[in-house]
Amino acid sequence: MRDTPTRSTHKGTERSGGGLAALLGGAALAAFAVYKGTSRNREASPAPRHEPLPSHIETSVDILRPSQELYSFWRSFENLPRFMRHLESVRDLGNGRSHWIAKTPVGSRVEWDAEVVEDRDGQLISWRSVAGSQVHHAGSVLFEPAAGDRGTIVRVSFDLVPPGGAAGRLAAKALGPITRQQVREDLRRFKNLMEAGEIPTIDGQPEGKRPLVNPRNPL
Amino acid sequence: MKAVCWNGAVDVKVEEVPDPKILNPRDAVLRVTSAAICGSDLHLYDGYIPTMKKGDILGHEFMGEVMEVGPGVKNLQVGDRVVVPFNIACGRCWFCEHELFSLCDNSNPNAWIPEKAYGYSPSGLFGYSHMMGGYAGGQAEYVRVPFADVGALKVPDGLPDEKVLFLGDIFPTGYMAAENCQIQPGDTVAVWGCGPVGQFAIQSAWMLGAGRVIAIDRFPERLLLAQSWGKAEIIDYEEVDSVVDTLREMTGGRGPDACIDAVGMEAHGDTLGAMVDKAKQAVRLESDRPHVLRECLLACRKGGTVSIPGVYGGLIDKIPMGASFNKGLTLKMGQTHTHRYMRPLLERIVNGEIDPSKVISHQMSLDEAPEGYETFKHKRDHCIKVVLKPGGNGHHHGGNGREHHA
Repeated sequence: MRDTPTRSTHKGTERSGGGLAALLGGAALAAFAVYKGTSRNREASPAPRHEPLPSHIETSVDILRPSQELYSFWRSFENLPRFMRHLESVRDLGNGRSHWIAKTPVGSRVEWDAEVVEDRDGQLISWRSVAGSQVHHAGSVLFEPAAGDRGTIVRVSFDLVPPGGAAGRLAAKALGPITRQQVREDLRRFKNLMEAGEIPTIDGQPEGKRPLVNPRNPL
Repeated sequence: MKAVCWNGAVDVKVEEVPDPKILNPRDAVLRVTSAAICGSDLHLYDGYIPTMKKGDILGHEFMGEVMEVGPGVKNLQVGDRVVVPFNIACGRCWFCEHELFSLCDNSNPNAWIPEKAYGYSPSGLFGYSHMMGGYAGGQAEYVRVPFADVGALKVPDGLPDEKVLFLGDIFPTGYMAAENCQIQPGDTVAVWGCGPVGQFAIQSAWMLGAGRVIAIDRFPERLLLAQSWGKAEIIDYEEVDSVVDTLREMTGGRGPDACIDAVGMEAHGDTLGAMVDKAKQAVRLESDRPHVLRECLLACRKGGTVSIPGVYGGLIDKIPMGASFNKGLTLKMGQTHTHRYMRPLLERIVNGEIDPSKVISHQMSLDEAPEGYETFKHKRDHCIKVVLKPGGNGHHHGGNGREHHA
């Protein structure tokens, strides 16, 4: 009971500020989509441009909604900032291209253009930053009908590859490190939105006098 | 507004805090007319539930009048009089669709904390630690109710608060405890703990066809209520050498068909095991004291069912797993799926089958909450159940007697 993570703050939202968006923009990270996680899409896997790092991030969430509905919401990229907390906005430029703006923890912005690599209606979306971007990234999401009429399993998977160039390293540093837990929190918010129509929160509710927080034990 | 705030172990204060507001489309804000102190609040009060923070507003058993609704709430109107389940549930996830409301996937903003401790997260709860969402509770003048469209139940005019308030927790909790016993006609059901949940478990056991109910406690007024209102046979555990032996003799060597642990993590006892638990819990070697659970497992007949409405939070030691396995016991437990039971139990109240207000021993104003916690914790003044009346003094009935329009 006591061994909760030491990095925690009382607000899950604060804690998971990085998330998918930072991962995608996390240039450091020059993330590359791979589809190792599932046999279904292995054939769709593009060859990584770099050797994969051991820090492979792959996670999933089950959502009690039809895969087509989930695909459509995600494919409208401007929806992504609603559950990826690190994104400020995504604008669809047409022809499979989009412009992404991420917020850094210190308030600055990182921007890049992305293009859709593969798009299978109701099943799969993969994308990556266009050549020459400030940030190199790629990502993929797979919508897989769950057995037994239990909605859809949404799988996201990434390999992280080393950054290219000083600008990439700088942008990566600004966006901060990414954890699998942050990606999970982004996916959880996606599930909250699609199932319940809203993301649960206590931000803005009343509270009594709080003492000064001991940073070693914020809870 | 005024609210009852947790400030550490054995320290609650009534503080002036900001009023709640609508934060999400499916929220409502209520003016609280009645808020009970629950036995499980005492686990918070005693400091045994982790992830509480100073300043947290307590209270998960409350009712009131709708003051404001979010744009996603179509079935409630300002002025409606409602009672609210202590669990917060979205009504749309797989668990809610299967009426497992206390396991809702979408109501705990801090789901990652129980995921670390338990593997998966239960639903959010009002006023019950940040691990369970950190939601401000209802021991206050006003409260925000998330997912009010599936949670808040309208109650008929003419029934005072005192008769319907407990639909939010202890009546459904006692009922589910009895339902979990899988009672067959004529079964003997033994209930450890004659607090409010135990009392409702006793009432519900009869409703579900029990042939005999045996109640175990040590406080005379609680045993008396179990006997008079609950029509139960009683055992004062301080007056017998062994509760297990006593039950064996009472049942002709067979044992009760079902045993209910309506005590949970802070059980008292006078056996060696109970004393060891107390020492270990004091130094945090063991988070919970499972004395009653052990007795239930040992006392239950072969092939019987042990039902656990009492709250556990962490780890327990020396559980007689061999006895449980070799007797082929069934164990059923968990936070109550309150939403599932509110309507049918309201029907029973409307029909006059039961008057839940029987368990109330004390009514107080919100300002008197610190005294209420102390009195309840130590069972002073024959305390069984405390109801706080935020609207004014502690002696009025049902929300200032104003007319309500459903």
